[in-house]
Amino acid sequence: MTANVAVAADPLQPGAAEQAEAIHIENLHKRFGALEVLKGVSMSAKDGDVVAMIGGSGSGKSTFLRCINFLENPTSGVIRINGEDVKMVSDGHGGQVPANRRQIERIRSRLGMVFQNFNLWQHMTLIQNVIEVPVHVLGMKRDEAMAIGEQLLERVGLSAKRDVYPAYMSGGQQQRGAIARALAIQPRVMLFDEPTSALDPELVGEVLKVIADLAKEGRTMLLVTHEMKFAREVASHVMYLHNGIVEEEGPPEQLFGSPKSERLKQFIRTVS
Amino acid sequence: MADASIIPAGITGMFDLLSPVAPGWGANLLRGLVRSLQIAFGAFGMGLIIGTFGSYAKLYGGPIARDLAAIYTTLVRAIPELVMIILLYYAGTDLINRILEGMGYQRVDISGLVAGIVVLGFVQGAYATEVLRGAIKAIPQGEIEAARAYGMSPVLMMRRITLPAMLPHALPGLANLWLISTKDTALLAVVGFSELTLETRQAAGTTKAYMTFYLAAGALYLFVTLFSSVILESVEKRARRGMPSVKEAR
Ligand SMILES: Nc1ncnc2c1ncn2[C@@H]1O[C@H](COP(=O)(O)OP(=O)(O)OP(=O)(O)O)[C@@H](O)[C@H]1O
Ligand SMILES: [Mg+2]
Repeated sequence: MTANVAVAADPLQPGAAEQAEAIHIENLHKRFGALEVLKGVSMSAKDGDVVAMIGGSGSGKSTFLRCINFLENPTSGVIRINGEDVKMVSDGHGGQVPANRRQIERIRSRLGMVFQNFNLWQHMTLIQNVIEVPVHVLGMKRDEAMAIGEQLLERVGLSAKRDVYPAYMSGGQQQRGAIARALAIQPRVMLFDEPTSALDPELVGEVLKVIADLAKEGRTMLLVTHEMKFAREVASHVMYLHNGIVEEEGPPEQLFGSPKSERLKQFIRTVS
Repeated sequence: MADASIIPAGITGMFDLLSPVAPGWGANLLRGLVRSLQIAFGAFGMGLIIGTFGSYAKLYGGPIARDLAAIYTTLVRAIPELVMIILLYYAGTDLINRILEGMGYQRVDISGLVAGIVVLGFVQGAYATEVLRGAIKAIPQGEIEAARAYGMSPVLMMRRITLPAMLPHALPGLANLWLISTKDTALLAVVGFSELTLETRQAAGTTKAYMTFYLAAGALYLFVTLFSSVILESVEKRARRGMPSVKEAR
């Protein structure tokens, strides 16, 4: 499987020529006050991996995803993105905050996040949403961003909605638009947080198809989902999170075909 | 029956009084209007700047910034504007001159225009802080989060996302503030600044044609309001371009 060609492999990384590690997380803890939501989660994704994360409501999936791009500050643990260790300093209240805001901004601008509620910017047309980050954060020329943006809209089947405001689009269209916005930054990794769970059932298929196509072309993705069948089809690795701990993980055939943990067995029964 | 010829005579007299060339007082009134508008513009603009900082301080600031902003908005909104203006105008200019003298400089004559803008702008800023704070809170949090998730710096996010996204929520309140700003300029008459109201009072006092001049001044204020409404409406329409109309959503 070839990696996303847009991002050059880091020459300093050993073995970068084959498959470089895009995300490496070790022993991640996150606590909200007295509530410990993540109790030591580790994961790693090489270029081209599609990691699916499943688990019950409140198990900490969203929190984990949000820690990866520092929308939440992890309480402790190692986070390495693009081979770059994120430096943290104590915030003086027992937690830690990123030492360098610029580093966080740089890392974020290489992670394409897709949200449950789309979160397109309502005061911009679809194409403006798509070119916003390339032009204003990454400093790309407007014409160039426009050309790329139009190609992406075509890929997600939204060329006709180019100049439409998000409020005038269906949920499925908005989510496909949000995927185009994520792709426009030529992300090293795409992060999806339950991208279809806010959609009407008849709109789920069109979004899943776009994501499946991305998986096929070798995009690196971390996907939180409740769609078990889909996870089984597209993922190269599945993690089952329960109460802030990875209870079981492995290739999809193994995890869904012969789950070991009693909880996972029960979870698979209840959701399917 | 009254003598019918009085009315035409009265009207010609009125036009003579309001004529822009001497001995008419029209030019004085127009000069007053221009000064009023200058102050209103300046004060509104200054209010917007203070309001932006104030609302950010209240929403995102540390404890000290939040407290300072809270004291500011509470005091300014509690004290009657007239008192505030007299206080700031006299105490403010006096304070500046004392400081200058203390540092060994000459006293300065602070221009009425600048003082007026600063005083009214300070008052406007408190109200603008609250209008903008409410408008920023009305932005769906997901949009702000998306901006963060894509690596926008705080300044870029403010310019590209927060300010344009809050504008439709802020505009009705800001439109009110602008209209209040045009009328509050009249309060500066008490400190002797010759804006429209003071010019009117002088013209009326000299000629004893109170009715004529105050009606004329009222018409000018009304004209400013009507003209503003047209502009504000089109600005609001533009700011709301991404939003379905309220009627459709009914
Ligand atoms: N900002 C926060 N402050 C306090 N508690 C929080 C916060 N965010 C999440 N939590 C708590 O952390 C736990 C995990 O939340 P999280 O959103 O990560 O779950 P999830 O696995 O994504 O669930 P779902 O499938 O329902 O989306 C929950 O108990 C939630 O209440
Ligand atoms: Mg979640």
